[in-house]
Amino acid sequence: MPEPCDLTAHELGDELRAGQASALEATDSCLRRIEAVDERVRAFLAPTADLAREQARAVDGRLAAKDDLAPVAGIPLALKDVLCTRGVTTTCGSRILHNYVPPYDCTPWARLSAAGSVLIGKTNCDEFAMGSSTENSGFFPTHNPWDLDRVPGGSSGGSAAAVAAGEAVWALGTDTGGSVRQPAALCGVVGMKPTYGLVSRYGLIAFASSLDTVGTFTRDVRDCALLLSAIGGHDEMDSTSIPEPPKDYTSMLEEGVAGLRVGVLRDWLGQVPEEGIRARVEEAVIRLEKLGAEIGEASIPHADYALSAYYLIAPAECSSNLARYDGVRYGHRADAVRDVVELNMRTRGEGFGEEVKRRIMIGTYALSAGYYDAYYGQAQKVRTLVVRDFAREFERYDVLLSPTSPTTAFRLGEKTQDPLAMYLNDVFTIPANLAGNPAISIPCGLDERGLPVGLQLMGNHLDEATVLRAAHAFEQDLAQTFRPPLLNSLAG
Amino acid sequence: MTTVATEYETVIGLECHVELSTQTKMFCGCLNEFGAEPNTQVCPVCLGHPGTLPVANRQAIEYTMKIALALGCDIAPRSLFHRKNYFYPDMPKNYQISQYDLPIGVGGHLEVELGGEVRRVGITRVHLEEDTGKTLHVGATGRIAEAEYALEDYNRAGVPLVEVVSEPDIRAPEEAVAYLRELRALLETLGVSDVRMEEGSLRCDANISARPAGDPEYGVKVEIKNMNSIRSVERALRFEADRQRQALAAGEALVQETRHWDEDKGVTLPLRSKEYAFDYRYFPEPDLAALEPDDEWIERLRAELPELPASRRKRLREHFDLEPEQVRIIGGSAGWAEVFENAFERWNEAGPRMIANWVIQNTMPHASPGEALERIDSIATIMRLVHEGKISLSRAKDLEPLVFETGRPPEEIAQEQGWIQISDEGALGTVVEEVIGENPGPVEQFRGGKEGVIGFLVGQVMKKTKGAANPQEVQRLLRDRLS
Amino acid sequence: MPVEIDVDHVARLARLALSDEERERFAQQLVQILEHAERVREVAAEDVPPTSQPVPLRNVLRDDSPRPSLTQDEALAGAPEVEEGRFKVPRIIEGE
Repeated sequence: MPEPCDLTAHELGDELRAGQASALEATDSCLRRIEAVDERVRAFLAPTADLAREQARAVDGRLAAKDDLAPVAGIPLALKDVLCTRGVTTTCGSRILHNYVPPYDCTPWARLSAAGSVLIGKTNCDEFAMGSSTENSGFFPTHNPWDLDRVPGGSSGGSAAAVAAGEAVWALGTDTGGSVRQPAALCGVVGMKPTYGLVSRYGLIAFASSLDTVGTFTRDVRDCALLLSAIGGHDEMDSTSIPEPPKDYTSMLEEGVAGLRVGVLRDWLGQVPEEGIRARVEEAVIRLEKLGAEIGEASIPHADYALSAYYLIAPAECSSNLARYDGVRYGHRADAVRDVVELNMRTRGEGFGEEVKRRIMIGTYALSAGYYDAYYGQAQKVRTLVVRDFAREFERYDVLLSPTSPTTAFRLGEKTQDPLAMYLNDVFTIPANLAGNPAISIPCGLDERGLPVGLQLMGNHLDEATVLRAAHAFEQDLAQTFRPPLLNSLAG
Repeated sequence: MTTVATEYETVIGLECHVELSTQTKMFCGCLNEFGAEPNTQVCPVCLGHPGTLPVANRQAIEYTMKIALALGCDIAPRSLFHRKNYFYPDMPKNYQISQYDLPIGVGGHLEVELGGEVRRVGITRVHLEEDTGKTLHVGATGRIAEAEYALEDYNRAGVPLVEVVSEPDIRAPEEAVAYLRELRALLETLGVSDVRMEEGSLRCDANISARPAGDPEYGVKVEIKNMNSIRSVERALRFEADRQRQALAAGEALVQETRHWDEDKGVTLPLRSKEYAFDYRYFPEPDLAALEPDDEWIERLRAELPELPASRRKRLREHFDLEPEQVRIIGGSAGWAEVFENAFERWNEAGPRMIANWVIQNTMPHASPGEALERIDSIATIMRLVHEGKISLSRAKDLEPLVFETGRPPEEIAQEQGWIQISDEGALGTVVEEVIGENPGPVEQFRGGKEGVIGFLVGQVMKKTKGAANPQEVQRLLRDRLS
Repeated sequence: MPVEIDVDHVARLARLALSDEERERFAQQLVQILEHAERVREVAAEDVPPTSQPVPLRNVLRDDSPRPSLTQDEALAGAPEVEEGRFKVPRIIEGE
């Protein structure tokens, strides 16, 4: 019998309701797994074992009382450490917030917590979510459970690795340019970035406000639908939250793909340097066609410029969002300074890592007098062109298909010296952030080295249901389990 | 070298900041109240905690739109909030949410009266932003430059702040003062701000330049900051206008700079400015939605506007025929105008000017308009008692504060205090006859033309009535009988 | 246009103390990154409006009703230094 920590959330939920398992057992199972593998994987910055057990006991009490519980109740969850949790240290993977204890909960966790979710711990990430490998964490890098010498992707690498390794049953991350989908692809799990504004950003420590979204990591598409249903819907604390009530995304999952119009982004596929990825994605197209989808060719003509626009817009917003870390109200403060300017400069110089500084510098420059129109202003126009590209394609297609990432998991240290090469990792994920569209990455097989390959499906604004339905049909037909070899070596 | 005597014209534009009197702050639900313990009206949002987001206060938006409408501005069909980026420890996010190229209101004007003449000052823009916190500079000398450290209180951080920017249409310090008074009256009438300069709910910076009279080009602009009262605005601008004129007359070049008004020394001084001059890196605030008011919304707000000071003054002048000074004082305040008109409605036998006079001289010194409105019937009664001679003017002045304090009817208090005068001709006549009989000498003197003696005789009557007689009435009766 | 960056000026605007090594490396990398980013100017035409939000909303407002504030202790809990209920900072030099 599998460990509770290796079940999907819906399987575990069924067991909880049937009295075949308890929330505390599930929690302990995850904590044991953390004990067993996290020295090597390093997915967690701080497990919250005591809190998790306390929450699990409360759920077990309600189960015993035959309370009607939400599907998320009792399921061990990991949260990327950019999501604020009241009373639980939230560092954003940064030294500058090493001691920051938020006085409030982010909205997604507030909703999950109210529904009986169990917080197993806060996961590692690239500092302020800036990166594609989790090597930019201010504390330590996370390792890919599929190959400990390789990166888990990023920036939500800790959440992706935790779900892949059974250290949590599911997790939340954030996706600004691919930070959920790319690590999901590299770790062989399902990662979804919803429509911008579907899930509240309140309590998500901002990197780039107009691009940031809260996304999910799960072991299958049904779990993805469950978790998204629990965190989605309007929040009055976020002015960019779309005024739509929460939805149940599981209801349309089984409807299949017959007649669904799927546009394949052929030119993206052509850019992929790795044969393994091209082959798995081509097979996925064939599989969907076999399942009744109408396959066509799609293109986002301005995608080539999207990366450039992104690397102006995101740093510009980040340079402003990160100005508040100044050593005055919370977080790190430099010692022995003579005046406020020195306090600010040294606090930030000491507290931020190199990638964060680099992006603050780019963003500050791009917004400064005389350059705004040339850089930020033009980037926003490119954004309009990308939005139009998507709108045009969604007139003829229900779903757009591409690889999630141009590469599978790369080696630790391989790209750290070349920021531009690292940025190119996000080339297929960034357009959906610029345009605000929902997108999912699901595992579609392994490459020749046995590393997972991610398939990206993108949908129209607020059409998560269709994306999930297509992903579910594909996943069910593929019927492949993605389990890192690391876990096979574990006793019991 | 020959010197040519040149006349210089001063050109002034004002930037006024008005704290709105909403119940809560601009972007969070913390109370917007003056005077609380430090850092008790703060929350994660206005403290700039990581992950927090702003949500705009509808009331603040509507107040701003009303100010814009009252100033005759066009309400922009689309306006945006921008981030103004700069570091200062009184600003929790190190950017201020403000407005940039798309403010809520543009292109209005304010009519200003000065010496009976009406001038129209253009309004460039009306925009909304958030206020900063308050910095306390601590050090042995109390001078900012010599402070040892500073303390931050963020209670005020995030309070809605409207900026009203005038065109450079003002030509003299007195005109600037008149503009400020007019703006203050307008804001008070709209009920959108406490407009107290001493509490910082109305603040003002000025741009001032000088040019040879008749020159169409503007001179070098100097910005003046730290003027904390209307009086200091006048003093600062007068000083700066003179300074600029003298500099130009002496052939010195002026530099574009920001100067600080030093209230104690009575001078403006240049602020030390670094070469890293402000580069605010404005960009659209991604955390807030655009403001796109439709006509229905705008027209509803327009319909809600109360009578504005200019039209109020016109009515006081034309309908009530008040004196210019009375128009200025009563018309300058919505509250006192209401007091005046309510008093007039209740009792007006002595005419509007007497009532205006009463309110200005006797009620304003001891009461607020709200208190006066509560006791409006008593005010009318007291004025009537004076008019009918039942109480002396000086007693009446004492009576009104007593009535306000106790809430009791004026007649009752006046009775109790023995302030009711005997004006009844029958009762007074008997006493007058007695006094005439008892003082043949003075009576003779008066009849012989010694006018002053009448005072002595009145005094005798007052004595006999223990001061309760109406002296005017006594004098009338005495003259009657002795002529 | 060839990108020229005054790294010290930008670092000062951003209030970032950089080491000599960082300054040197950034001078190179920023030019490289910005030259790549410059490509946005190839396609952005005059008549294309800017997009600053992917799913634009309008008139998102809240009622003017109070929500609980933090207590003074909660507000100051994370502060590196505090005095008399206020956040303490080193002296502020005017004109900065």
